[in-house]
Amino acid sequence: MIAGKTITVNEEGYLTNFAQWDKEVGEALAAEANIALSPRHWEVITYLQNEHKNDVALSIRRIGKSGLVDIKEFYVLFPNAPLKTATKIAGIPKPASCI
Amino acid sequence: MKRLIILGAGTAGTMMANHLQHELDLNEWEIQIIDERVEHHYQPGYLFLPFDIYQPEDIIKSIAEFIPKGVSLLTAKINKIDAPNNQVVLENGEQLHYDLLIIATGAKIAPEEVEGMKGSEWHKSVFDFYTFEGSLALRNKLREWQGGKLLVHITEMPIKCPVAPLEFSFLADSYFKHKKMRDKVEITYVTPLSGAFTKPKATEALEHLLHEKDIHIESDFAIAEVDNENKKIIDYGGRAISFDLLVTIPTNKGDELMARSGLGDDLNYVPTNKATLQSQQYPNIFVLGDASNIPASKAGSVAHFEAEILTENILRFMNGEPLKEEFDGHANCFIETGNGKALLIDFNYTHEPVEGAFPFPGIGPLRLLKESRINHMGKLAFRWIYWNMLLKGTHIPFVSATMQESGKKFD
Repeated sequence: MIAGKTITVNEEGYLTNFAQWDKEVGEALAAEANIALSPRHWEVITYLQNEHKNDVALSIRRIGKSGLVDIKEFYVLFPNAPLKTATKIAGIPKPASCI
Repeated sequence: MKRLIILGAGTAGTMMANHLQHELDLNEWEIQIIDERVEHHYQPGYLFLPFDIYQPEDIIKSIAEFIPKGVSLLTAKINKIDAPNNQVVLENGEQLHYDLLIIATGAKIAPEEVEGMKGSEWHKSVFDFYTFEGSLALRNKLREWQGGKLLVHITEMPIKCPVAPLEFSFLADSYFKHKKMRDKVEITYVTPLSGAFTKPKATEALEHLLHEKDIHIESDFAIAEVDNENKKIIDYGGRAISFDLLVTIPTNKGDELMARSGLGDDLNYVPTNKATLQSQQYPNIFVLGDASNIPASKAGSVAHFEAEILTENILRFMNGEPLKEEFDGHANCFIETGNGKALLIDFNYTHEPVEGAFPFPGIGPLRLLKESRINHMGKLAFRWIYWNMLLKGTHIPFVSATMQESGKKFD
């Protein structure tokens, strides 16, 4: 249960069904990660969701070269493990770093 | 006469030359393989050079020795692949037309991608072991080094031989114990991943070993720069780790040829269909080994499994038949754990490494995800298998190209 809605997550807390995501779910997930979402955060989240929809493999390097945000800012927006954190809030799977 | 060109005569290219020489009608097809080098290095040997376990002559042979009669070997530098016109342009300007192209140009380290990595401390206290020169320089350093903080570091994924940094850490632990100076060395494994490995069961097994050998882990570290003056690595979040000796795996990129030819992604890897190994851009281009962008490990064993499936698909393509979507990302890797033991992992796109017996269910003799001396012997024997069977395209008995589920303990 989050933000008054029922969501299904995997053992690491990532949504397993993107259809269950909405902005309120995103806000609640961000709150769990101690992040207050600004419009800038939402720009990045939307970007990640679009990349995921287009089956693009996400990586810190790619985000840094996206033209939307550079790596330093990405770390400021989502401290510590930005890719893991941002994807969780965005309701998309944790990027699979291939073995 | 139609022409098939293979770019790159490393592990993958050489295997394909042998497979295709065997399968194609050489009255109909001319097979040419191009590489700018003359030496063929057994790359897994680079791990052992720094510790004086192998000597340089153990791992170097000539490329020519492994190219079969019937395949012409051209030693030349390639300027560009002109894919729309089906030709390869050499540095000397010569244009070679092809009917079918196989890209097997591999991956290399690119330390210049990280600020300061190739700075004043490069090959003084900052080393790689992914090149011959790097591992020799590191060997010379380790022979004299009196101890301090050793970092074994991974810049970003993907890297070739993803287990090598762990192996290096384990071997370093044994090396210093053997030299009776382990207490003078603090070893830390620094990774951009969230753990020692990417999949849960293997991560647990490997982190257990790291802990047992008193090797610390710093995870989620995305390096931004190497501070040569103060001997620190600093990540994008501002986290800094100091070192006396930094052994780093820099960014791995595909050959610059892909950038010049407009065929690669932002790391110069060629977009490839992960099940058929056909280029996603040009139907008459196929990609094998480290050069592709498929989400399988970059490892010799993967190229070996791919080669068997790619050969079949090339024949189908030549006959106008639909390609088989068969490659499952199968990889099989030995992980040296020191003290005469090793682990073996066997996995693919959909199945993480798990415990079990390999290749015979229940019997083995190799144990999956568990240390054993037989595994270590397997790793060492592998060098013979590489030179005498793998490169020649010989099928390894009882080991199928796609991963076998039998003999494995899945939940």
